[in-house]
Amino acid sequence: MGPVPAAVLQLLALIGALALVHVPLGNHMARVYSSDRHLRVERWIYKGIGADPDTEMRWPAYLRGVLAFSVAGVLFLYLLQRLQGILPGSLGFSSVNPAQSFNTAVSFVTNTNWQSYYGEQTMGHVVQTAGLAVQNFVSAAVGIAVAVALVRGFARSRTGELGNFWADLVRGTVRILVPVAAVAAVVLVACGAVQNFSGIHEVGQFIGGSQQWNGGAVASQEAIKELGTNGGGYFNANSAHPFENPTPFTNLFEIFLILVIPFALTRTFGVLVGSVRQGYAILTAMGAIWLGFTALMMWTEFAHHEGALQIAGASMEGKEVRFGVGGSSIFAVATTLTSTGAVDSFHSSFTGFGGGITMLSMMLGEIAPGGTGSGLYGMLIIAVIAVFIAGLMVGRTPEYLGKKIGSREIKLAAVYILITPALVLILTAFSMALPTPPNSMLNPGAHGFSEVLYAFTSAANNNGSAFAGLNANTDWFNTMTGLAMLLGRFLPMVLVLALAGSLAEQKPVPVTAGTLRTEKPMFTGLLVGAVLIIVGLTYFPALALGPLAEGLA
Amino acid sequence: MAKGALITMNNSVAGTVRLLGAGLRALLVLTLVTGVIYPLAVTGIAQGLFHHRANGSEIRSAGKVVGSSLIGQQGYSLRYFQPRPANGLGENSLNTRYKLILSGATNLSADNPDLVKAVRKARAQVVKDNSVAGYTVRPSQVPADAVTSSGSGLDPDISPRYAEIQVHRVAERNGLSLAQVNRLVEEHTQDRTLGFIGDPRVNVLELNVALKALVAKG
Repeated sequence: MGPVPAAVLQLLALIGALALVHVPLGNHMARVYSSDRHLRVERWIYKGIGADPDTEMRWPAYLRGVLAFSVAGVLFLYLLQRLQGILPGSLGFSSVNPAQSFNTAVSFVTNTNWQSYYGEQTMGHVVQTAGLAVQNFVSAAVGIAVAVALVRGFARSRTGELGNFWADLVRGTVRILVPVAAVAAVVLVACGAVQNFSGIHEVGQFIGGSQQWNGGAVASQEAIKELGTNGGGYFNANSAHPFENPTPFTNLFEIFLILVIPFALTRTFGVLVGSVRQGYAILTAMGAIWLGFTALMMWTEFAHHEGALQIAGASMEGKEVRFGVGGSSIFAVATTLTSTGAVDSFHSSFTGFGGGITMLSMMLGEIAPGGTGSGLYGMLIIAVIAVFIAGLMVGRTPEYLGKKIGSREIKLAAVYILITPALVLILTAFSMALPTPPNSMLNPGAHGFSEVLYAFTSAANNNGSAFAGLNANTDWFNTMTGLAMLLGRFLPMVLVLALAGSLAEQKPVPVTAGTLRTEKPMFTGLLVGAVLIIVGLTYFPALALGPLAEGLA
Repeated sequence: MAKGALITMNNSVAGTVRLLGAGLRALLVLTLVTGVIYPLAVTGIAQGLFHHRANGSEIRSAGKVVGSSLIGQQGYSLRYFQPRPANGLGENSLNTRYKLILSGATNLSADNPDLVKAVRKARAQVVKDNSVAGYTVRPSQVPADAVTSSGSGLDPDISPRYAEIQVHRVAERNGLSLAQVNRLVEEHTQDRTLGFIGDPRVNVLELNVALKALVAKG
């Protein structure tokens, strides 16, 4: 079999696996967030927090919970890195410097997992497992909680209540993320991912002499890194490192982990709003964009050789033999269309168009299927915009899921979609205009510009992957990407929760003959169109200067 | 007015502190669950069930550990099969009492003149190294993986095509027949998993360990 049919079969197998778990996982998550029962372990946790999980919160209270928990997370992770030098179990690694500690703390709390450090030489066992991996779980749980709060906003009426943040946070962690990650981690170890707490390991080499490795709790972190759409690698090479991603099967399995919760959440949404067909409409829009982008990526990576790749005969620079061009292309699209940012191959060495597709995937706002939780709420915001556009066309007050989209709602949605592009474009412009930041670029010409554009696109969208040639470990990039990550994560959450609160207060509008049927294919088409047009108009000039200029040269 | 404002402010400060306290306690409890219990439980299971793999899949040659079958090595002499280039590998600049390998890619773009030059040079070298008396490698026979660096710099594998063009050289330098070396390569070639996942590959370290054993046996 040739590599192209094999890649297509991999994609089909992936779709099959995702389809298989879609309904059971989606239904399970719907039960998790609507059940009145608390598990015993959850009661212990609530006692530890000192919170009553049955208190309903209005949106400001819910938001305060999100923010308080995240501030605590940033402070704790910052201190852990700053104190690494005196912490036991840290391989004797020294403390991380302040700018990098800030950047990394923000990066992991915001579910971005941008890394301006080399994992293997910087982070010891304690920071990796008790710091970074913890945020892999809880930042994902926070994302899902906010998405569920928005869904409750649509589902509930004449109340401003959105649920209890602590309960949503704890349940997401205990009932969804931990069990799935534990099983996935064991699967990864069975295939060769390492899992130990050894010190630096000195091993002989074939040619004589020795080499030094760090082991660590790699598989347990790898599992949640993908499942929680985090993406921060234990090692610098991330999921290209054989200890993180040892075989072709684990590669496909990790892609599955990346996509499984974001896609299944559309089912959860459908169940919670009382119409699974509404969930399928969202799912179809996400799936269409994901498949389209994957097909484009395969086309350009398999066929469209250029420069050094043309001379080499295939686009294998920065790619592993065991994954091949096919496995690497599927991974690259999955990781950038979600907020993951893990890489099994290095996007900077993709073809010009291929690199452009990874960037465009992030620029869509990571909604197809997007990050854990953030993908769903991002797509629902676009849905609000889409019904508004449709409403303008026919001259009717727009409504979605029985809720009027009035001026307050549309303002919140409009500001939401402006935040990330504003962060990306303004910070990129400053970085290019100031005298020193451009010194961080590795490659000349259009590609150098792409490195900077990619960095801020990745940070503001909480992705975390990079055109990794860029030297991001400077005060400017550590601080500015840190800022982009913070604002790119929490400003949208403020707007989403405010929107949820205002929807939950409304009384439902009855469905009439004139209602736009948002469960129908036409609406799915409208949704995809809205995504592409909004993003296209926003980013086209910047893309033209970077990847398009490179790909057409 | 001042008093009223002060009370409100005190209340909001107290409220914020209380909330941050709850946030911190939540973080600590969840750190216990996801940052201590979870990794220790997974490590326990991993060490119990998959001891060899959980510790890095070490491989032995003549009784001595010579590396991990998952981690590619550099520096083989021309008697042995050559791995892919690894121009993105680095050495640690921090915590330098260790000598750690920093995994990584070159991150060079396709149109970067440095990469164009590196690929051309690598190809000329592969042609030169593997052309022996009675067998000339044509540049068009050199596969892409032989002239490009992997993502990790630690790629343990090469493509079967790259192994194939090295067979003549390896046979000649070790005094083995072509058939012997071909059989060795064939035994170490892994097809796609289930016939469609990933790309076919040959593990260089495992192949070289077997080659060494074969030569030693005479």
